[in-house]
Amino acid sequence: MPETLTPDLEIIEAGHGGGGDVPAGGDDDGGDSGSGLPGIPQRAYYTAIQLALVGIVMFFMALTSSFLVRKGLGDDWVAFALPRVLWFNSLVLLASSVTIEVARRYRHEGAVAAFRRWWAFTAALGALFVAGQLVAWRDLASQGVFLATNPSSSFFYLLTALHALHLSGGILALCYVAFRRWQRSRITQSIAADLAAIYWHFMDGLWLFLFALLYLGR
Amino acid sequence: MVTHDSGAGHHHAPTGFIRKYIFSLDHKVIGIQYFFLALFSVFFGMTLSLLMRIHLVWPTAKMPFTPGGQMTPEQYLALVTMHGSIMVFMVLTTAPQSGFGNYFLPIQIGAEDMAFPVLNMLSFWTTFVSLLVLLSAFLVTGGAPISGWTAYPTLSALGEITGPGQGLGQTMWVIGLAIFCVASLLGALNFITTTLDLRTKGMTLGRMPLTVWAWLITAILGLLAFGVLLAACILLLLDRVAGTSFFIPGGLVVTDTPITWHKGGSPLLWQHLFWFFGHPEVYIAILPGMGVASHVLSNFSRKPVFGYRAMVAAMSAIGFLGFCVWGHHMFVSGMSPYSAFAFSLMTMTIGVPSAIKTFNWLGTLWGGKIQFRVAMLFALGFVSLFVTGGLSGLFLAQPSLDLYLHDTYFVVAHFHLIMGVAAIFGIFSATYFWFPKMFGRMMNETIGKIHFWFTFIGVYCIFMPMHFLGLAGHPRRYSDTSGVNFLAPLHSVHYFITMAAMVTITAQLIFLFNLFYSMFAGEKASENPWHATTLEWSIPSPPPFDNFAGHVPSVYRGPYEFSVPGSTDDYIPQHLIPEKVAKAH
Amino acid sequence: MQRHDPESGSTTAAFSLALFIVVFTFITVYFFAAKTWWFPPAISAFGLQIDEQFHRTLIITGVIFVLAQLGLAWAVFRFRDQGQKASFFEGNSKMEFVWTLATIVMFVGLGLYGEHAWAEAHFQGAAPGALLVEVTGQQFAWNFRYAGPDGKWGLTKPELVSASTGNPLGLDPKDPNGKDDVVSPVMYVPAGQEVEILIRTQDVTHSFYVRELRLKQDAVPGMVIHMHFDATEIGQYEIACAELCGLGHYRMRSFLNVVSQEDFDKWMHDQEVALQQQ
Repeated sequence: MPETLTPDLEIIEAGHGGGGDVPAGGDDDGGDSGSGLPGIPQRAYYTAIQLALVGIVMFFMALTSSFLVRKGLGDDWVAFALPRVLWFNSLVLLASSVTIEVARRYRHEGAVAAFRRWWAFTAALGALFVAGQLVAWRDLASQGVFLATNPSSSFFYLLTALHALHLSGGILALCYVAFRRWQRSRITQSIAADLAAIYWHFMDGLWLFLFALLYLGR
Repeated sequence: MVTHDSGAGHHHAPTGFIRKYIFSLDHKVIGIQYFFLALFSVFFGMTLSLLMRIHLVWPTAKMPFTPGGQMTPEQYLALVTMHGSIMVFMVLTTAPQSGFGNYFLPIQIGAEDMAFPVLNMLSFWTTFVSLLVLLSAFLVTGGAPISGWTAYPTLSALGEITGPGQGLGQTMWVIGLAIFCVASLLGALNFITTTLDLRTKGMTLGRMPLTVWAWLITAILGLLAFGVLLAACILLLLDRVAGTSFFIPGGLVVTDTPITWHKGGSPLLWQHLFWFFGHPEVYIAILPGMGVASHVLSNFSRKPVFGYRAMVAAMSAIGFLGFCVWGHHMFVSGMSPYSAFAFSLMTMTIGVPSAIKTFNWLGTLWGGKIQFRVAMLFALGFVSLFVTGGLSGLFLAQPSLDLYLHDTYFVVAHFHLIMGVAAIFGIFSATYFWFPKMFGRMMNETIGKIHFWFTFIGVYCIFMPMHFLGLAGHPRRYSDTSGVNFLAPLHSVHYFITMAAMVTITAQLIFLFNLFYSMFAGEKASENPWHATTLEWSIPSPPPFDNFAGHVPSVYRGPYEFSVPGSTDDYIPQHLIPEKVAKAH
Repeated sequence: MQRHDPESGSTTAAFSLALFIVVFTFITVYFFAAKTWWFPPAISAFGLQIDEQFHRTLIITGVIFVLAQLGLAWAVFRFRDQGQKASFFEGNSKMEFVWTLATIVMFVGLGLYGEHAWAEAHFQGAAPGALLVEVTGQQFAWNFRYAGPDGKWGLTKPELVSASTGNPLGLDPKDPNGKDDVVSPVMYVPAGQEVEILIRTQDVTHSFYVRELRLKQDAVPGMVIHMHFDATEIGQYEIACAELCGLGHYRMRSFLNVVSQEDFDKWMHDQEVALQQQ
């Protein structure tokens, strides 16, 4: 749940269940939802994003335990130096968490132009991160370290690729939040931005965890 | 009935054939789509098992679909693999949860649809795609995989070299499964959100029907378990196509060919990942059936469920403990014997909530006024089958006994009785119970009873003898009994089982006939033919597109108010306002 | 067959269902009691322990099975709709508590009781002085190796494996330790002698299973797993593969020959002689 409860939430929330319609669209008009779908309480969206994160956590936890088991198994785990660009990429991603927060708060205040600017920064930083990961892979490949070279490299490529894939999904979500017509939706753009931000912060946190795992476990 | 407006005019009925029946956002249509996917899959899966049974008894018989006439061992094993995979995933994980749950969860809690209708539609179509990919394994070079639904490496990881079907067929299987994982995760998310956030006024957690509790807990299990299977599938896929060695150790030689390009992996790692998913999966398969059984037993005994809270606690305990017992599939796998001991104790413990549920089902019947509608017959059959199937688990939960019984037909008997029969009876009970609501017509009771008797007697005839095959030491997944001498005296048992299977499977055509005939020509159903209490029985049969025609009811009482002293009717619907409840004088 | 009066249940249905359940219960009990298809006799003291635990479990589950099924049958018959009013009770906390406790005690107790046999099989290693036999599974045969008089195992190499030319384990001819290693497609052990088996596989997972020993252990690629047994009854017993390993899984069968010490020594001697003649 975002800590900054805004006026939007109070206007829209129709109370406990009861099928109360959730008027969406622009912040101010509180009018008719053109979505064609039955209204649901807004908190359902927050529930959903949290559940999605639970599912993703289980997925990465399975991979993490596999990592630990595989590492502990044999003597064929060869440590290799992680590409230096990963540190830069981590900073980029951390910065993007900051920019997304800034953007989100602007959106809640109604400062649409500022929101769009900072939202775009975030997407750009996200794309930069993914590009940076590609650089890291190229770096390793040029040293002859590939997916199947060694179990430690297998996990490196696998974990970073899966994270990058999920993050790319996040970038697509950012675009969706920016470009979709929210008048026809059951939620406002503010709420959508909140949900995307939750996911984004989680991806950041997940990266820090994976990076630590790969670094300490290399 | 007090209702509140859902906000007029915002929720529009879909128009056009595609929007109404193909890419529908309506949870009821999606539920029926899942139901039909499962229906197709169960008949397909049964046909595979029929071919297996026929081959076991007449090994030289010429079979359809086997070029060259006689079935080969690898064809038999491909049937074994696909039968298991299709039944577990496309039948038992879809019909009870995604099928009936999708249709009835929103209605039973007073919602107009699932929280995320678009996501719901995507979940179904993703499941559909996964079925197509899975089935494509039959059609690719080498045919379907032969490693069983459990796909243990290194057999499943080394590729074609370990056997026919282990090439492209196994790859398609893994991909199909991975797609199914994604679909299930999306579905689970929708179910949980809907149950937590979309309940109508007065529908507290303590007033939810046990079916809803079952769907909720099942969805939680799914959310937690399918991500693990997805991870395992990705690792297996990489071992197969990208040269990694997650599951493949070094020093292997397959048919005189050294495998030099893999080393250091562990086949046990797959087993841990697979069964960490696999055990919750079997509870996913049975919990909705338990919910339906409680619901139907109560309804047709005209009595409240005995121990509603204990039932909820038991299902929750089963769900939770289900994550703590996976090692009981691995007692002889080479896993640490100390962890085997721990898993064994946890497994014996999980028998306790199951036993509680059984006592409570009997308690629900006790003192009742039992009406033997077909839905009730299947619910009663469920109880009997659950007892039988569950008790054999007590043997298998002990590693010392598992030393003998592991991978024998005793295990096959156990899981078929629980999953292949009890869970199916849950589906049948749900079908006969909810058909009037879904299709606006009654199924034929007489034909239904004939179906029940053939099936109930038939499944016991098929699966009880398998216990004895297991006690005699008959290993599983044998395509032929001619390779081992001690199997010779068991031929008569195999023969009996096959005969029973042929009759029972054929009898399912009776059900199929009843289902389709009644859809078009059954007697028209009233709103509440079973005098039931839950919200789905307060709306027309079939329901309008938004379930409550804009007037969502509030709930005033629990879901099993039957034969309440002081009331004229022997049931009080959940949505009836207190003033309207007729009192006896 | 069935009365059309919606108010009253069907005595026929109730009676048929109850009758079937009762009959089915008794048929089941009969076949378990009659042991028509059953375990072969155990050939070791360990096996007898397993059998005892099995019986304990059978009695307990049998009693529960009979009570539950008959209880169901009785309830179905006794409380069929005959126009009565159903009793209204929503539960009974005391009963819940009692049967939950009873179930926990029985199930967990049963489990704990059986752990002793498991501990003997797995927590303890083989007794000292055990005969070592290496058991190797492959698609689709078992091979058994004895270290021979020198007591040392010869080196094996994957690239030397050639079942077609009589070297299924890939013994390295250059290793002197391997010269006296006896490799046999069937297993011989002396009766009354502790035997330690080292179970391995060349390709996929198999499982070494001898019914009469009440012993089963998966052969896992990349692992060598130790088990032990002491067979006391002379005879020939089948070894079957108990883990799906490919198309030949059903015919991956060998024999365990439990023979007298004398016969075992003779067999070993004959094997050694054959080796020397190669």
